[in-house]
Amino acid sequence: MSKTYLDVMKRRSKIILDSLQFDYSRYEDKDGIGFDYEQMMKDTGFTLEDVKRIQLENRVGNTPLVELRNLTKYARKFAEKGYGARIFLKDEADNLSGSFKARRAAISVYQAKKLGYKGVIAATSGNYGAAVAAMAARLGLRCIIVQECYDSNQIGQPEIIEKARACEAYGAEVVRLTVGPELFYQFLLLLEETGYFNASLYSPYGIQGIETLGEEIATEVLKKYNKYPEVVVCTNAGGGNLTGTARGLINAGAKDTKIIAASVDLTGLHMASDTDFNRKSFTTGHTGFGIPFTTFPDRSDVPRSAGRPLRYLDKYLTINQGSVFFITEALARLEGMERGPAGNVSLAIAFKLSQKMKEDELIVVQESEYTGAGKHMNAQLDFAKKRGIKLLFGNPMTEIPGENIIFPASAKEIDYKEIPLDQLRKSYLRHYKNQKLTDKDIQYLALELKTDFKTVEKLREEEDESTSR
Amino acid sequence: MYKKHDYVEIELCVLTKDERAAQVPKDTKEVPLMLRTKGFLLEDGRINEEVSIMTATKRIVKGTLVEGNPFYKHTFGGFVYETQQIRSIIEAEAGNLDE
Repeated sequence: MSKTYLDVMKRRSKIILDSLQFDYSRYEDKDGIGFDYEQMMKDTGFTLEDVKRIQLENRVGNTPLVELRNLTKYARKFAEKGYGARIFLKDEADNLSGSFKARRAAISVYQAKKLGYKGVIAATSGNYGAAVAAMAARLGLRCIIVQECYDSNQIGQPEIIEKARACEAYGAEVVRLTVGPELFYQFLLLLEETGYFNASLYSPYGIQGIETLGEEIATEVLKKYNKYPEVVVCTNAGGGNLTGTARGLINAGAKDTKIIAASVDLTGLHMASDTDFNRKSFTTGHTGFGIPFTTFPDRSDVPRSAGRPLRYLDKYLTINQGSVFFITEALARLEGMERGPAGNVSLAIAFKLSQKMKEDELIVVQESEYTGAGKHMNAQLDFAKKRGIKLLFGNPMTEIPGENIIFPASAKEIDYKEIPLDQLRKSYLRHYKNQKLTDKDIQYLALELKTDFKTVEKLREEEDESTSR
Repeated sequence: MYKKHDYVEIELCVLTKDERAAQVPKDTKEVPLMLRTKGFLLEDGRINEEVSIMTATKRIVKGTLVEGNPFYKHTFGGFVYETQQIRSIIEAEAGNLDE
Protein backbone atom coordinates (compact mmCIF):
# COMPACT_ATOMS: atom_id res chain seq x y z
CA MET A 1 0.00 0.00 0.00
CA SER A 2 1.24 3.47 -0.84
CA LYS A 3 2.59 5.46 2.09
CA THR A 4 2.67 8.88 0.46
CA TYR A 5 1.07 11.71 2.39
CA LEU A 6 -1.87 12.14 0.04
CA ASP A 7 -2.61 8.41 -0.32
CA VAL A 8 -2.58 7.83 3.44
CA MET A 9 -4.81 10.86 4.01
CA LYS A 10 -7.23 9.42 1.43
CA ARG A 11 -7.46 6.24 3.50
CA ARG A 12 -8.15 8.13 6.73
CA SER A 13 -11.85 7.23 7.06
CA LYS A 14 -11.12 3.53 6.69
CA ILE A 15 -8.16 3.67 9.11
CA ILE A 16 -10.22 5.55 11.71
CA LEU A 17 -13.15 3.14 11.37
CA ASP A 18 -10.88 0.09 11.77
CA SER A 19 -9.08 1.61 14.74
CA LEU A 20 -12.19 2.70 16.66
CA GLN A 21 -14.91 0.31 15.41
CA PHE A 22 -17.26 3.23 15.82
CA ASP A 23 -19.29 3.94 12.71
CA TYR A 24 -19.78 7.70 12.58
CA SER A 25 -21.73 7.51 9.32
CA ARG A 26 -24.75 6.17 11.26
CA TYR A 27 -25.31 9.62 12.80
CA GLU A 28 -24.92 11.75 9.69
CA ASP A 29 -27.94 13.61 8.39
CA LYS A 30 -28.07 12.13 4.90
CA ASP A 31 -29.30 15.28 3.17
CA GLY A 32 -27.95 18.01 5.43
CA ILE A 33 -24.92 19.32 7.32
CA GLY A 34 -25.84 17.98 10.76
CA PHE A 35 -25.48 14.78 12.72
CA ASP A 36 -27.19 13.25 15.75
CA TYR A 37 -24.78 14.21 18.53
CA GLU A 38 -26.84 12.91 21.45
CA GLN A 39 -27.38 9.51 19.84
CA MET A 40 -23.66 9.25 19.15
CA MET A 41 -22.93 9.96 22.84
CA LYS A 42 -25.47 7.31 23.93
CA ASP A 43 -23.98 4.63 21.71
CA THR A 44 -20.76 4.17 23.69
CA GLY A 45 -22.48 1.33 25.50
CA PHE A 46 -21.41 2.75 28.90
CA THR A 47 -23.78 4.28 31.44
CA LEU A 48 -22.61 6.91 33.93
CA GLU A 49 -22.52 4.14 36.55
CA ASP A 50 -20.27 2.00 34.31
CA VAL A 51 -17.94 4.94 33.79
CA LYS A 52 -17.72 5.60 37.53
CA ARG A 53 -17.03 1.95 38.31
CA ILE A 54 -14.28 1.65 35.67
CA GLN A 55 -12.67 4.85 36.92
CA LEU A 56 -12.78 3.93 40.60
CA GLU A 57 -11.33 0.48 39.88
CA ASN A 58 -8.41 2.30 38.28
CA ARG A 59 -7.66 5.02 40.82
CA VAL A 60 -9.42 7.68 38.76
CA GLY A 61 -12.06 10.16 39.88
CA ASN A 62 -13.51 11.10 43.27
CA THR A 63 -10.83 13.76 43.59
CA PRO A 64 -11.00 16.25 46.48
CA LEU A 65 -12.80 19.56 46.07
CA VAL A 66 -10.63 21.99 48.01
CA GLU A 67 -11.78 25.42 49.15
CA LEU A 68 -9.01 27.94 48.49
CA ARG A 69 -9.68 30.15 51.49
CA ASN A 70 -6.46 32.16 51.37
CA LEU A 71 -6.72 32.79 47.67
CA THR A 72 -10.34 33.90 48.10
CA LYS A 73 -9.25 36.24 50.90
CA TYR A 74 -6.54 37.62 48.59
CA ALA A 75 -9.08 38.22 45.79
CA ARG A 76 -11.45 39.98 48.22
CA LYS A 77 -8.76 42.58 48.98
CA PHE A 78 -9.46 43.97 45.51
CA ALA A 79 -13.25 43.55 45.51
CA GLU A 80 -16.00 45.91 46.62
CA LYS A 81 -17.66 45.23 49.96
CA GLY A 82 -19.90 42.17 49.79
CA TYR A 83 -18.09 40.84 46.72
CA GLY A 84 -15.50 38.08 46.28
CA ALA A 85 -17.03 34.67 45.56
CA ARG A 86 -15.57 31.62 47.32
CA ILE A 87 -13.08 29.79 45.07
CA PHE A 88 -12.90 25.98 45.04
CA LEU A 89 -10.43 23.77 43.20
CA LYS A 90 -11.18 20.27 42.00
CA ASP A 91 -7.77 18.76 42.63
CA GLU A 92 -7.50 16.56 39.57
CA ALA A 93 -3.76 16.15 40.08
CA ASP A 94 -4.88 13.44 42.50
CA ASN A 95 -5.87 11.12 39.63
CA LEU A 96 -3.81 8.21 38.34
CA SER A 97 -1.04 9.85 36.23
CA GLY A 98 -1.66 13.30 37.70
CA SER A 99 -4.37 15.02 35.67
CA PHE A 100 -8.06 14.95 34.68
CA LYS A 101 -6.99 13.29 31.45
CA ALA A 102 -7.02 9.99 33.35
CA ARG A 103 -10.82 10.15 33.22
CA ARG A 104 -10.78 10.22 29.44
CA ALA A 105 -8.09 7.56 29.08
CA ALA A 106 -9.82 5.19 31.52
CA ILE A 107 -12.82 4.73 29.24
CA SER A 108 -10.96 4.77 25.90
CA VAL A 109 -8.41 2.18 26.96
CA TYR A 110 -11.07 0.05 28.66
CA GLN A 111 -13.00 0.00 25.39
CA ALA A 112 -9.85 -1.00 23.49
CA LYS A 113 -9.38 -3.95 25.84
CA LYS A 114 -13.05 -4.91 25.57
CA LEU A 115 -12.85 -4.97 21.77
CA GLY A 116 -9.77 -7.18 21.90
CA TYR A 117 -7.14 -4.75 20.62
CA LYS A 118 -3.52 -5.53 21.56
CA GLY A 119 -2.54 -1.91 21.98
CA VAL A 120 -3.58 1.74 21.89
CA ILE A 121 -2.24 4.83 20.14
CA ALA A 122 -2.88 8.45 21.01
CA ALA A 123 -1.66 11.62 19.32
CA THR A 124 -0.96 14.06 22.14
CA SER A 125 1.83 16.24 23.53
CA GLY A 126 -0.12 16.75 26.73
CA ASN A 127 -1.04 14.97 29.94
CA TYR A 128 -3.30 12.66 27.97
CA GLY A 129 -0.25 10.66 26.87
CA ALA A 130 0.70 9.68 30.41
CA ALA A 131 -2.96 8.99 31.17
CA VAL A 132 -3.31 6.56 28.25
CA ALA A 133 0.06 4.96 28.99
CA ALA A 134 -0.77 4.43 32.67
CA MET A 135 -4.16 2.91 31.90
CA ALA A 136 -2.66 0.70 29.16
CA ALA A 137 -0.10 -0.53 31.69
CA ARG A 138 -2.90 -1.47 34.08
CA LEU A 139 -4.92 -3.30 31.43
CA GLY A 140 -1.93 -5.07 29.87
CA LEU A 141 -2.05 -3.32 26.50
CA ARG A 142 0.83 -1.94 24.46
CA CYS A 143 0.89 1.81 23.94
CA ILE A 144 2.32 4.32 21.47
CA ILE A 145 2.12 8.05 22.13
CA VAL A 146 2.78 10.37 19.17
CA GLN A 147 4.08 13.77 20.27
CA GLU A 148 4.93 17.03 18.57
CA CYS A 149 8.01 17.66 20.68
CA TYR A 150 10.91 19.42 18.94
CA ASP A 151 11.67 22.29 16.64
CA SER A 152 13.94 21.72 13.63
CA ASN A 153 17.01 22.30 15.82
CA GLN A 154 15.90 19.35 17.95
CA ILE A 155 15.16 21.66 20.88
CA GLY A 156 12.26 20.23 22.79
CA GLN A 157 9.65 22.03 24.87
CA PRO A 158 10.56 21.18 28.50
CA GLU A 159 6.91 20.55 29.34
CA ILE A 160 6.55 18.03 26.50
CA ILE A 161 9.85 16.30 27.26
CA GLU A 162 8.63 15.67 30.81
CA LYS A 163 5.38 14.24 29.47
CA ALA A 164 7.40 11.87 27.24
CA ARG A 165 9.31 10.73 30.31
CA ALA A 166 6.08 9.99 32.16
CA CYS A 167 4.74 7.96 29.20
CA GLU A 168 7.96 5.95 29.07
CA ALA A 169 7.75 5.33 32.81
CA TYR A 170 4.50 3.46 32.12
CA GLY A 171 6.10 1.42 29.34
CA ALA A 172 4.86 3.32 26.29
CA GLU A 173 6.82 3.93 23.12
CA VAL A 174 6.97 7.67 22.54
CA VAL A 175 7.29 8.68 18.89
CA ARG A 176 8.55 12.27 18.91
CA LEU A 177 8.16 14.53 15.92
CA THR A 178 9.27 17.97 14.88
CA VAL A 179 6.63 20.68 14.39
CA GLY A 180 3.80 20.25 11.92
CA PRO A 181 0.19 19.18 11.48
CA GLU A 182 1.37 16.17 9.43
CA LEU A 183 1.71 14.47 12.80
CA PHE A 184 -1.74 13.18 11.92
CA TYR A 185 -0.28 11.42 8.87
CA GLN A 186 2.32 9.65 11.02
CA PHE A 187 -0.45 8.75 13.49
CA LEU A 188 -2.50 7.13 10.69
CA LEU A 189 0.58 5.23 9.46
CA LEU A 190 1.13 3.83 12.95
CA LEU A 191 -2.53 2.81 13.32
CA GLU A 192 -2.29 1.00 10.00
CA GLU A 193 1.03 -0.66 10.83
CA THR A 194 0.09 -1.89 14.31
CA GLY A 195 -3.68 -2.41 14.12
CA TYR A 196 -3.94 -0.74 17.54
CA PHE A 197 -6.97 1.12 18.90
CA ASN A 198 -7.22 4.88 18.33
CA ALA A 199 -7.51 6.26 21.88
CA SER A 200 -8.62 9.60 20.49
CA LEU A 201 -9.21 12.49 22.86
CA TYR A 202 -12.26 13.33 20.82
CA SER A 203 -14.14 10.03 20.64
CA PRO A 204 -17.38 9.71 22.62
CA TYR A 205 -15.41 7.56 25.14
CA GLY A 206 -12.91 10.36 25.65
CA ILE A 207 -15.70 12.80 26.51
CA GLN A 208 -17.96 10.48 28.47
CA GLY A 209 -15.04 9.87 30.81
CA ILE A 210 -15.14 13.52 31.92
CA GLU A 211 -18.86 13.59 32.63
CA THR A 212 -18.10 12.14 36.07
CA LEU A 213 -16.05 15.27 36.81
CA GLY A 214 -19.05 17.55 36.31
CA GLU A 215 -21.28 15.13 38.19
CA GLU A 216 -18.92 14.99 41.19
CA ILE A 217 -18.77 18.80 41.38
CA ALA A 218 -22.56 19.18 41.24
CA THR A 219 -23.23 16.44 43.79
CA GLU A 220 -20.59 17.48 46.31
CA VAL A 221 -21.38 21.20 46.19
CA LEU A 222 -25.12 20.52 46.52
CA LYS A 223 -24.56 18.26 49.51
CA LYS A 224 -22.26 20.68 51.35
CA TYR A 225 -23.73 24.07 50.40
CA ASN A 226 -27.31 23.19 49.55
CA LYS A 227 -27.03 24.68 46.06
CA TYR A 228 -25.11 24.20 42.84
CA PRO A 229 -22.07 26.39 42.11
CA GLU A 230 -22.91 29.64 40.32
CA VAL A 231 -19.87 29.28 38.06
CA VAL A 232 -17.57 26.48 36.86
CA VAL A 233 -14.40 27.57 35.04
CA CYS A 234 -12.88 25.09 32.57
CA THR A 235 -9.49 25.41 30.91
CA ASN A 236 -10.25 25.06 27.21
CA ALA A 237 -8.05 23.66 24.44
CA GLY A 238 -9.55 20.85 22.35
CA GLY A 239 -12.98 21.41 23.91
CA GLY A 240 -13.45 17.99 25.51
CA ASN A 241 -12.76 19.07 29.07
CA LEU A 242 -15.43 21.75 28.95
CA THR A 243 -17.93 19.60 27.07
CA GLY A 244 -17.68 16.59 29.38
CA THR A 245 -17.77 18.71 32.54
CA ALA A 246 -20.81 20.66 31.34
CA ARG A 247 -22.66 17.49 30.36
CA GLY A 248 -21.94 15.98 33.76
CA LEU A 249 -23.17 19.11 35.57
CA ILE A 250 -26.38 19.22 33.52
CA ASN A 251 -27.05 15.48 33.99
CA ALA A 252 -26.69 15.94 37.74
CA GLY A 253 -29.20 18.80 37.76
CA ALA A 254 -26.90 21.86 37.81
CA LYS A 255 -28.67 23.39 34.82
CA ASP A 256 -28.19 27.03 35.84
CA THR A 257 -24.47 26.83 36.59
CA LYS A 258 -22.60 29.14 34.22
CA ILE A 259 -19.86 27.42 32.22
CA ILE A 260 -16.81 29.60 31.55
CA ALA A 261 -14.15 28.63 29.02
CA ALA A 262 -10.66 29.78 29.98
CA SER A 263 -7.60 29.85 27.70
CA VAL A 264 -4.20 31.42 28.02
CA ASP A 265 -3.78 34.04 25.31
CA LEU A 266 -1.19 33.11 22.68
CA THR A 267 -2.51 35.44 19.98
CA GLY A 268 0.06 36.03 17.26
CA LEU A 269 1.93 32.73 17.65
CA HIS A 270 1.27 30.28 14.81
CA MET A 271 0.70 26.76 16.11
CA ALA A 272 2.21 25.06 13.06
CA SER A 273 5.25 27.35 12.92
CA ASP A 274 8.65 25.83 13.55
CA THR A 275 10.04 29.15 14.84
CA ASP A 276 7.06 29.99 17.09
CA PHE A 277 7.00 26.51 18.65
CA ASN A 278 9.50 27.24 21.42
CA ARG A 279 8.39 30.84 21.96
CA LYS A 280 5.29 29.81 23.86
CA SER A 281 5.41 29.05 27.57
CA PHE A 282 2.23 27.00 27.57
CA THR A 283 1.82 23.99 25.33
CA THR A 284 -1.85 23.45 26.14
CA GLY A 285 -4.87 25.28 27.53
CA HIS A 286 -4.15 28.09 25.08
CA THR A 287 -6.06 30.03 22.42
CA GLY A 288 -4.02 28.38 19.64
CA PHE A 289 -6.02 25.20 20.26
CA GLY A 290 -8.99 26.69 22.07
CA ILE A 291 -10.29 29.03 19.38
CA PRO A 292 -9.93 26.74 16.32
CA PHE A 293 -11.38 23.72 18.13
CA THR A 294 -14.26 25.75 19.56
CA THR A 295 -15.18 27.28 16.22
CA PHE A 296 -14.61 24.09 14.22
CA PRO A 297 -14.66 20.97 16.44
CA ASP A 298 -14.51 18.52 13.53
CA ARG A 299 -10.89 19.40 12.78
CA SER A 300 -9.88 16.62 15.21
CA ASP A 301 -8.65 13.08 14.55
CA VAL A 302 -12.16 11.57 14.32
CA PRO A 303 -14.92 12.40 11.79
CA ARG A 304 -17.15 14.00 14.45
CA SER A 305 -15.61 15.33 17.62
CA ALA A 306 -17.54 14.55 20.79
CA GLY A 307 -16.06 17.74 22.29
CA ARG A 308 -18.35 20.59 21.19
CA PRO A 309 -17.82 23.54 23.55
CA LEU A 310 -20.12 26.06 21.86
CA ARG A 311 -23.05 23.81 22.77
CA TYR A 312 -22.33 24.46 26.44
CA LEU A 313 -20.26 27.52 27.21
CA ASP A 314 -21.69 30.79 28.54
CA LYS A 315 -18.56 32.94 28.32
CA TYR A 316 -15.10 32.60 26.77
CA LEU A 317 -12.37 34.41 28.72
CA THR A 318 -8.64 34.61 28.05
CA ILE A 319 -5.72 35.57 30.27
CA ASN A 320 -2.04 36.32 29.71
CA GLN A 321 0.82 33.92 30.50
CA GLY A 322 2.31 36.14 33.23
CA SER A 323 -0.89 36.11 35.28
CA VAL A 324 -1.11 32.30 35.16
CA PHE A 325 2.47 32.03 36.44
CA PHE A 326 1.68 34.55 39.17
CA ILE A 327 -1.35 32.59 40.34
CA THR A 328 0.62 29.32 40.16
CA GLU A 329 3.07 30.83 42.66
CA ALA A 330 0.18 32.11 44.82
CA LEU A 331 -1.41 28.65 44.90
CA ALA A 332 1.84 27.18 46.20
CA ARG A 333 2.66 30.00 48.61
CA LEU A 334 -0.82 30.61 50.06
CA GLU A 335 -2.51 27.23 49.80
CA GLY A 336 0.46 24.85 50.00
CA MET A 337 -0.50 23.31 46.66
CA GLU A 338 2.26 23.09 44.07
CA ARG A 339 0.60 22.29 40.75
CA GLY A 340 1.58 22.55 37.07
CA PRO A 341 1.11 25.96 35.50
CA ALA A 342 -1.05 24.92 32.49
CA GLY A 343 -3.77 23.58 34.76
CA ASN A 344 -3.98 26.95 36.49
CA VAL A 345 -5.26 28.95 33.53
CA SER A 346 -8.82 28.66 34.83
CA LEU A 347 -7.68 29.50 38.38
CA ALA A 348 -6.13 32.79 37.26
CA ILE A 349 -9.42 33.72 35.59
CA ALA A 350 -11.43 32.62 38.63
CA PHE A 351 -9.33 34.97 40.80
CA LYS A 352 -10.65 37.97 38.85
CA LEU A 353 -14.16 36.58 38.33
CA SER A 354 -14.52 36.12 42.08
CA GLN A 355 -14.09 39.87 42.57
CA LYS A 356 -17.11 40.53 40.36
CA MET A 357 -19.36 38.02 42.12
CA LYS A 358 -21.08 38.19 45.51
CA GLU A 359 -19.24 36.75 48.48
CA ASP A 360 -21.82 34.03 49.12
CA GLU A 361 -21.50 32.75 45.55
CA LEU A 362 -19.34 29.76 44.62
CA ILE A 363 -16.82 29.35 41.79
CA VAL A 364 -15.37 25.94 41.01
CA VAL A 365 -12.11 25.66 39.09
CA GLN A 366 -12.48 22.17 37.69
CA GLU A 367 -8.91 20.94 37.31
CA SER A 368 -5.33 20.97 38.47
CA GLU A 369 -2.35 18.95 37.18
CA TYR A 370 0.85 17.51 38.61
CA THR A 371 4.07 19.46 38.36
CA GLY A 372 7.68 18.32 38.03
CA ALA A 373 10.95 18.92 36.18
CA GLY A 374 10.19 20.46 32.78
CA LYS A 375 6.51 21.13 33.42
CA HIS A 376 7.18 23.57 36.23
CA MET A 377 6.86 27.34 36.12
CA ASN A 378 10.54 27.85 36.87
CA ALA A 379 11.57 25.48 34.06
CA GLN A 380 9.22 27.25 31.64
CA LEU A 381 10.39 30.73 32.63
CA ASP A 382 14.07 29.84 32.43
CA PHE A 383 13.46 28.30 28.99
CA ALA A 384 11.65 31.45 27.83
CA LYS A 385 14.38 33.73 29.17
CA LYS A 386 17.07 31.74 27.34
CA ARG A 387 15.14 32.25 24.07
CA GLY A 388 15.24 36.03 24.56
CA ILE A 389 11.69 36.43 25.82
CA LYS A 390 11.60 39.32 28.28
CA LEU A 391 10.23 38.77 31.76
CA LEU A 392 8.63 42.01 32.91
CA PHE A 393 6.37 43.38 35.64
CA GLY A 394 3.60 45.75 34.64
CA ASN A 395 0.21 45.70 32.98
CA PRO A 396 -0.42 42.07 32.06
CA MET A 397 -2.97 43.12 29.43
CA THR A 398 -0.10 44.46 27.28
CA GLU A 399 1.81 41.18 27.06
CA ILE A 400 2.92 40.17 23.55
CA PRO A 401 3.11 36.34 23.37
CA GLY A 402 6.49 35.20 22.07
CA GLU A 403 8.14 38.56 22.86
CA ASN A 404 7.52 39.03 26.56
CA ILE A 405 5.81 37.63 29.60
CA ILE A 406 4.28 40.32 31.79
CA PHE A 407 3.64 39.48 35.43
CA PRO A 408 1.19 41.67 37.32
CA ALA A 409 3.01 44.09 39.65
CA SER A 410 0.07 43.49 42.00
CA ALA A 411 -2.59 40.75 42.02
CA LYS A 412 -4.98 43.65 41.55
CA GLU A 413 -3.80 43.87 37.93
CA ILE A 414 -4.83 40.30 37.07
CA ASP A 415 -7.57 40.60 34.49
CA TYR A 416 -9.11 38.69 31.62
CA LYS A 417 -10.31 39.54 28.15
CA GLU A 418 -13.65 38.34 26.88
CA ILE A 419 -14.17 36.94 23.40
CA PRO A 420 -17.80 37.72 22.53
CA LEU A 421 -19.80 34.54 21.95
CA ASP A 422 -21.30 35.90 18.75
CA GLN A 423 -17.82 36.39 17.36
CA LEU A 424 -17.06 32.70 18.00
CA ARG A 425 -20.42 31.68 16.54
CA LYS A 426 -19.72 33.68 13.39
CA SER A 427 -16.34 31.98 12.99
CA TYR A 428 -18.12 28.67 13.28
CA LEU A 429 -20.72 29.71 10.69
CA ARG A 430 -17.98 30.78 8.27
CA HIS A 431 -17.51 27.10 7.45
CA TYR A 432 -20.99 27.12 5.85
CA LYS A 433 -20.58 30.43 4.05
CA ASN A 434 -22.45 30.75 0.75
CA GLN A 435 -23.94 27.33 1.31
CA LYS A 436 -27.67 26.92 0.89
CA LEU A 437 -29.01 25.60 4.17
CA THR A 438 -32.37 24.04 4.95
CA ASP A 439 -34.48 24.79 8.03
CA LYS A 440 -33.27 21.51 9.47
CA ASP A 441 -29.65 22.64 8.99
CA ILE A 442 -30.35 25.92 10.77
CA GLN A 443 -31.98 24.03 13.63
CA TYR A 444 -28.86 21.89 13.93
CA LEU A 445 -26.68 25.01 13.96
CA ALA A 446 -28.86 26.53 16.69
CA LEU A 447 -28.10 23.48 18.86
CA GLU A 448 -24.42 23.59 17.98
CA LEU A 449 -24.20 27.27 18.92
CA LYS A 450 -26.54 27.19 21.95
CA THR A 451 -28.84 29.78 20.45
CA ASP A 452 -32.10 29.98 18.48
CA PHE A 453 -33.10 29.70 14.85
CA LYS A 454 -33.46 33.47 14.34
CA THR A 455 -30.07 34.27 15.84
CA VAL A 456 -28.35 31.78 13.55
CA GLU A 457 -29.99 33.43 10.53
CA LYS A 458 -29.06 36.89 11.78
CA LEU A 459 -25.43 35.94 12.43
CA ARG A 460 -25.18 34.33 9.01
CA GLU A 461 -26.44 37.51 7.38
CA GLU A 462 -24.01 39.67 9.36
CA GLU A 463 -21.14 37.35 8.46
CA ASP A 464 -22.00 37.48 4.76
CA GLU A 465 -22.25 41.30 4.87
CA SER A 466 -18.99 41.77 6.74
CA THR A 467 -17.02 39.63 4.30
CA SER A 468 -18.62 40.95 1.12
CA ARG A 469 -17.73 44.52 2.05
CA MET B 1 30.39 2.18 18.81
CA TYR B 2 27.21 0.69 20.21
CA LYS B 3 26.59 -3.02 20.41
CA LYS B 4 23.59 -5.11 19.51
CA HIS B 5 21.06 -4.93 22.40
CA ASP B 6 22.30 -1.48 23.51
CA TYR B 7 19.52 1.07 24.10
CA VAL B 8 19.64 3.95 21.62
CA GLU B 9 17.68 6.72 19.98
CA ILE B 10 17.26 6.92 16.22
CA GLU B 11 16.04 9.62 13.89
CA LEU B 12 14.33 9.36 10.53
CA CYS B 13 12.74 11.64 8.00
CA VAL B 14 8.95 11.30 7.73
CA LEU B 15 8.42 13.95 5.06
CA THR B 16 11.05 15.86 3.09
CA LYS B 17 10.63 19.60 2.56
CA ASP B 18 8.97 18.91 -0.80
CA GLU B 19 6.55 16.37 0.62
CA ARG B 20 5.15 18.61 3.37
CA ALA B 21 1.44 19.40 3.49
CA ALA B 22 0.10 22.40 1.59
CA GLN B 23 -1.30 24.17 4.67
CA VAL B 24 2.04 24.27 6.56
CA PRO B 25 3.44 27.80 7.17
CA LYS B 26 6.50 28.91 5.23
CA ASP B 27 9.12 28.49 7.97
CA THR B 28 7.97 24.95 8.71
CA LYS B 29 7.95 24.07 5.01
CA GLU B 30 11.63 24.91 4.83
CA VAL B 31 12.51 22.00 7.12
CA PRO B 32 11.69 18.29 6.88
CA LEU B 33 9.35 16.52 9.33
CA MET B 34 11.65 14.41 11.49
CA LEU B 35 10.84 11.58 13.90
CA ARG B 36 12.72 10.15 16.86
CA THR B 37 12.11 6.96 18.79
CA LYS B 38 14.06 4.71 21.17
CA GLY B 39 14.77 1.00 21.37
CA PHE B 40 17.30 -1.84 21.46
CA LEU B 41 19.85 -2.12 18.65
CA LEU B 42 19.39 -5.16 16.41
CA GLU B 43 22.98 -4.83 15.18
CA ASP B 44 26.17 -3.00 16.13
CA GLY B 45 26.27 0.62 15.01
CA ARG B 46 27.95 4.00 15.33
CA ILE B 47 26.50 7.49 15.65
CA ASN B 48 25.20 8.70 12.24
CA GLU B 49 25.01 5.16 10.87
CA GLU B 50 21.77 3.57 9.62
CA VAL B 51 20.60 0.99 12.13
CA SER B 52 17.51 -1.01 13.07
CA ILE B 53 16.03 -1.08 16.55
CA MET B 54 13.24 -2.84 18.38
CA THR B 55 11.02 -0.36 20.20
CA ALA B 56 9.01 -0.77 23.42
CA THR B 57 6.02 -1.95 21.35
CA LYS B 58 8.22 -4.54 19.56
CA ARG B 59 8.20 -2.62 16.30
CA ILE B 60 11.30 -2.81 14.15
CA VAL B 61 12.26 0.68 12.98
CA LYS B 62 15.15 1.80 10.76
CA GLY B 63 16.85 5.15 11.17
CA THR B 64 20.03 7.08 11.88
CA LEU B 65 21.59 6.40 15.27
CA VAL B 66 21.69 9.77 17.04
CA GLU B 67 22.27 8.90 20.70
CA GLY B 68 23.40 5.95 22.76
CA ASN B 69 21.99 5.28 26.24
CA PRO B 70 19.56 8.21 25.94
CA PHE B 71 18.27 9.59 29.20
CA TYR B 72 16.37 12.58 30.53
CA LYS B 73 18.15 15.90 30.84
CA HIS B 74 15.21 18.18 31.58
CA THR B 75 15.33 20.05 34.86
CA PHE B 76 13.55 22.71 36.89
CA GLY B 77 15.62 25.29 34.99
CA GLY B 78 18.16 27.68 36.45
CA PHE B 79 17.45 30.34 39.06
CA VAL B 80 14.90 32.88 37.84
CA TYR B 81 14.96 36.07 39.93
CA GLU B 82 11.48 37.09 38.76
CA THR B 83 9.85 34.12 40.51
CA GLN B 84 11.26 35.43 43.80
CA GLN B 85 9.86 38.87 42.97
CA ILE B 86 6.42 37.35 42.37
CA ARG B 87 6.66 35.63 45.74
CA SER B 88 7.59 38.90 47.47
CA ILE B 89 4.56 40.65 45.95
CA ILE B 90 2.25 37.85 47.11
CA GLU B 91 3.71 37.83 50.62
CA ALA B 92 3.40 41.59 50.94
CA GLU B 93 -0.14 41.77 49.54
CA ALA B 94 -1.82 38.64 50.87
CA GLY B 95 -0.48 39.39 54.35
CA ASN B 96 -1.52 36.19 56.08
CA LEU B 97 1.91 35.66 57.63
CA ASP B 98 1.90 37.93 60.65
CA GLU B 99 -1.77 38.20 61.55
